[in-house]
Amino acid sequence: MSQQPPLRHRIITLSLLSVAAIYFLVPVYWLTVSATKDTGDLFGTFGFWFANPHPVDYLHDVLTYDDGIYVTWMLNSLLYAGVGALAATLLSAAAGYALAKFVFRGREAIFNVILAGVLIPGTALALPLYLLFSEVGLANTYWAVLVPSVVSPFGVYLCRIYASAAVPDSLLEAARIDGAGETRIFGTVVLRLMSPALVTVFLFQFVHIWNNFFLPLVMLNDSDLYPIQLGLVGWQGYADRAPELYQYTVGGAFMSVIPLMVLMGVLQRYWRTGLAEGSVKT
Amino acid sequence: MKRPTRTEARNARAAFGFLLPFLAVFLLCFIAPIGYAIYQSLLKVERPAPLGIGGPTNEVWAGLSNYSHALEDERFINGFGRVLLFGIVQVPVMLVFATALALLLDAASARWVGFFRTAFFLPYGIPGVIASILWGFLYVPGISPLVEIADSAGWQVDFLGRDAVLWSIANIVTWQFTGYNMLVLIAQLKAIPGDLYEAARIDGASAWQIVRHVKLPLIKPALVLTTVFSIIGTLQLFAEPMVLRPLGTSIDSGYTPNLHAYNEAFTSNNQHIAAAEAVLLALVACVLSFGFLKLVGRGPRDGRDGK
Repeated sequence: MSQQPPLRHRIITLSLLSVAAIYFLVPVYWLTVSATKDTGDLFGTFGFWFANPHPVDYLHDVLTYDDGIYVTWMLNSLLYAGVGALAATLLSAAAGYALAKFVFRGREAIFNVILAGVLIPGTALALPLYLLFSEVGLANTYWAVLVPSVVSPFGVYLCRIYASAAVPDSLLEAARIDGAGETRIFGTVVLRLMSPALVTVFLFQFVHIWNNFFLPLVMLNDSDLYPIQLGLVGWQGYADRAPELYQYTVGGAFMSVIPLMVLMGVLQRYWRTGLAEGSVKT
Repeated sequence: MKRPTRTEARNARAAFGFLLPFLAVFLLCFIAPIGYAIYQSLLKVERPAPLGIGGPTNEVWAGLSNYSHALEDERFINGFGRVLLFGIVQVPVMLVFATALALLLDAASARWVGFFRTAFFLPYGIPGVIASILWGFLYVPGISPLVEIADSAGWQVDFLGRDAVLWSIANIVTWQFTGYNMLVLIAQLKAIPGDLYEAARIDGASAWQIVRHVKLPLIKPALVLTTVFSIIGTLQLFAEPMVLRPLGTSIDSGYTPNLHAYNEAFTSNNQHIAAAEAVLLALVACVLSFGFLKLVGRGPRDGRDGK
C-alpha cells in the first residue's frame, strides 16, 4: 500500500477525530454518570462526576416503579421492533426478488411507486393512518404499531439491487428444470443467497421501528401498550410534579439505550455492507 | 407487443405472488392514508347546536376551506418558515461535518479507525426522543453541567431561550445523524477502487487535490442521497421540540408544521384541518426532495453508472 503520511498530518488528523469523539461521547458519558444518582444529586452535584453512586439500587427502582411498567415498555419495544423488522425483511425480500428476477408488465411502474414511498414523511402518513385505523377499531392495539412497521420501501429497494446482483438466473433455471416450485426456490435458494442484504434490512428496520416515536404516540392511548420512549417521555413530562421521576427518567433512558448500542457495535460490519449496496448503486 | 408465452405467464403469476404481501400492506399503510387524508381534508364538521355542544355532528363537504384555513394560519406558516431556516443551516452543517469525518477516517491510520467510527455512529442508535431528553438535561439550568461550567467562566448561556432553542434542536439532530451520514459516505469512499488514488498520486496530486478532484466528485451520489433524507427528516421535526417544550417557554404548540398538525388533531380536535396539514406537509416534502434531485440533475433512479 501507500507510504504513511507525515507525522504532522497524523497528529492533526488524530486530534480532530478526538475532538469529534468527545462531542459524540460526552452526552453518553453524562447519562452513564447520572444513572448512578438520585434526584437530589442530579440537581445538587456536578453533572460530569459521580456522587454517592448506588447504581444497582437506583436501576432496581426504575424496574419496579409503578408495578414494573418499565419492563412492560421494554418488552413492547422489543416486540414491535423484533417482530416488525422480521416481517418487514421477509416482505421486502420477496418483493425485491420479484422485481429483480421476473419480467412482467408494470414492473417499473410498481417499483417507482414504492420508491416514491421513501420520500413521503412517515409522520404525514401517521395522522391519516390513525384516523383510518380508528374507523376499523385497530387504533390503540398492538396491531396499530406493528402493521405499518412491516412496510419498508427502502428494504425493497435494497433487496431488488442485491437480488439482481447475487441471484444468478442460471441457478433459478436449473432449480426450475429440477421441478422445484417457485416458493420452494425462494425459501431454499434465494433467501440464502440474499442473506447479507437481509441482515442489513433487518437492522435498519429494527432501529427505525425502535426509534419511531410519532406513530405509537398517535396510535396508542393505553400505557400498557407503550414502547419504551413513549413511556419515558411520559415520566419526563410528569417529573416536575413527582421529582423522583427525574431519577427514573435518567436511569430508564440509560438502560434503554444499552441494547441498541450493543447491536450497533456488534453488527457494524453489516451496516456497512448494506450501506455500500444502497448508496453506490443509487 | 408480442403475446406472452407460457413461461412468461407463469412468471408473472409467481412474481405477483411474491409481491402481493408487500403490496397489500404498502397499499394499506402508504396509499390508503394519503387517499384518506385527502378525502378527510375536503370535509368539515357541521355542528347543529350553537357552540358545538350537544346534538349529533355530521360531516359535510368543505371544498378547499380546510386548506385555506391552514394556509391562513400564521403559526402553521411560521412553523414552515422555521423548519426551512433550520434545514438551510443544519443540513449543510451536518453534511459538511459528516464528509469531513469520513475523509479524516479515510486518511487516518488504521489502528484508531474502528474506535472513532463506532464513537461517531453510536448516537444513531439512540432514539430521537431519548436523545432529546438527554440533551434537554444538558440544556436546562440546574442540572446541566454545561451551563454550570459556562456560568463559572462568567458566560451567561440560555440554550432554551427564544432565539437559541432552534439551534439547540439543530445540535440534537446533528449529534444524532452525523455519524449515520458519515457511514454512508465511508461506504461510498470504500467502493472507489484504490488504483484511482494511486494513479492520482503518481501524477503528483497532493492529498488535498485528491480529496477535491477525486474523492468529492465520487461521493456525490451518496451526498445527494443523504441530503434528500435530511430534507425529509427536517420537515418531520417533531420529537425534539415536543420533548424540549415543557422545559421552557420558547416553544409553542405550532413550533413545527408537524407539531401544529398533531395539536390540531389531538388538542383542538380539528381532524379535518389536521388532515389538510398532513397533505400539505407531504406535498412540500415531495416538492423539495424532487426539486433537489432535479437541481442536481438526477432522478431517484437515474445515473446508476454514476454519470
